[in-house]
Amino acid sequence: MTHKLTGDNLTLIRGERCLFERLSFALESGSLLILEGRNGCGKTSLMRAIAGMLSLETGHIYWDDTPVEKQRQIFHGSLVWLAHRTGLKGDLTLVENLGFERSLRTQSGRDVEEVYERLGISRLKKLVLRSLSAGQQRRVALARMLLADVPLWLLDEPFTNLDREGRKLVMELVEEHLAEGGLCVMAAHQDVEINAPVTKVQIQ
Amino acid sequence: MTDSQREIPGLFSGLVATARRDLLLAWKRPGDVLNPLFFFAMVCTLFPLAIGPSAEQLEFSGPGVLWVAALLSTLLSLNSLFLSDYEDGSLDQLLVSPQPLPVLVLGKTLAHWLTSGVPLVFVSPILAITYRMPLSVVTVMMLTLVLGTISLSLLGSIGAALTVGLHRGTALLSLLILPLAMPVMLLGANAVALAANNDVYTTGIWALAAYAIGSLSLAPYATAAALRISNE
Repeated sequence: MTHKLTGDNLTLIRGERCLFERLSFALESGSLLILEGRNGCGKTSLMRAIAGMLSLETGHIYWDDTPVEKQRQIFHGSLVWLAHRTGLKGDLTLVENLGFERSLRTQSGRDVEEVYERLGISRLKKLVLRSLSAGQQRRVALARMLLADVPLWLLDEPFTNLDREGRKLVMELVEEHLAEGGLCVMAAHQDVEINAPVTKVQIQ
Repeated sequence: MTDSQREIPGLFSGLVATARRDLLLAWKRPGDVLNPLFFFAMVCTLFPLAIGPSAEQLEFSGPGVLWVAALLSTLLSLNSLFLSDYEDGSLDQLLVSPQPLPVLVLGKTLAHWLTSGVPLVFVSPILAITYRMPLSVVTVMMLTLVLGTISLSLLGSIGAALTVGLHRGTALLSLLILPLAMPVMLLGANAVALAANNDVYTTGIWALAAYAIGSLSLAPYATAAALRISNE
């Protein structure tokens, strides 16, 4: 089954400032949307708006041609959001953190150990997150994303804190996800080398 | 990716998982649980020292003091209900989870009650001794505290959700919650005082129970809405 994410005529005003106006985009299964723009231009805000956490001044986000506010549960069940703040608990271990997520979202049938191995975090299973480095914590957040069975990935600056290998790994993972028919929205500063149809949205 | 089997885990598992996670966090940071409890114990033990050892006076002021201390210590613990989730981004993750937010909120409130209300109920008999409360009155007091703290946790979650985006919203939180929490305290303290006078106190208990049920059915929705607003 293919999916479609569209944004139509989006305007967002925060306080006195208009972040973007009449912005539109369309994204289909297997393709990638990259949000570009300088710091503070509203990439994260657009991402939050797509996730349904900010109300827009005008326009709607559609998932499979239905406005997302009319099908919040279905839409939220189809996405995973990797935000700047990872949303993981520093006092809990990796396994405890990911176990919590398991009770909220549909899980992919992926082998947990394999995912840990691939992300290079299998050694860290028993440690509390607080004691891990920022890059390692980000890898745990990536594991959460891989273990969920959802078509839409929202990645806000996914390369932050990652080493060169890690960045390459993220690109590989996104490529695989897209090849399997997934969709991905990414806010990124770096050049992204991903072998898939890419749409770019420039936020002024 | 398989589209045939996209089943979101059930409501109950979401509720249990949130409650379980918060209990686990409380277990790993016992200070957050012990501080309000310590405050409760301090107020209740300092009062008799200040008002003197007259038995009559202690018996008279006991129910009121215990209830005021219970209310204040619950308010103290409420501030942190959503704060750490807000700071580390887990609140955002809860908001975009496919589980209905009121259910997750209820899970968090349940954990809050288990770590603030329940310990309070169990500590209160020890403190009641300082006020020369007879055993029959102590059981009534525990009952009012059980019902009352349920309401306080639930109503407090609304205030905590509204003030989560503000830094140091404690004073505001107390102001917001006090009008809703006041009846709980009045009913509770009054029922205990009546029981101490060998009067009929059951009306107060029923009213507290009704208040708790009312909060249980309405507060999670209000809290969920408040969280969405304050997290915009």
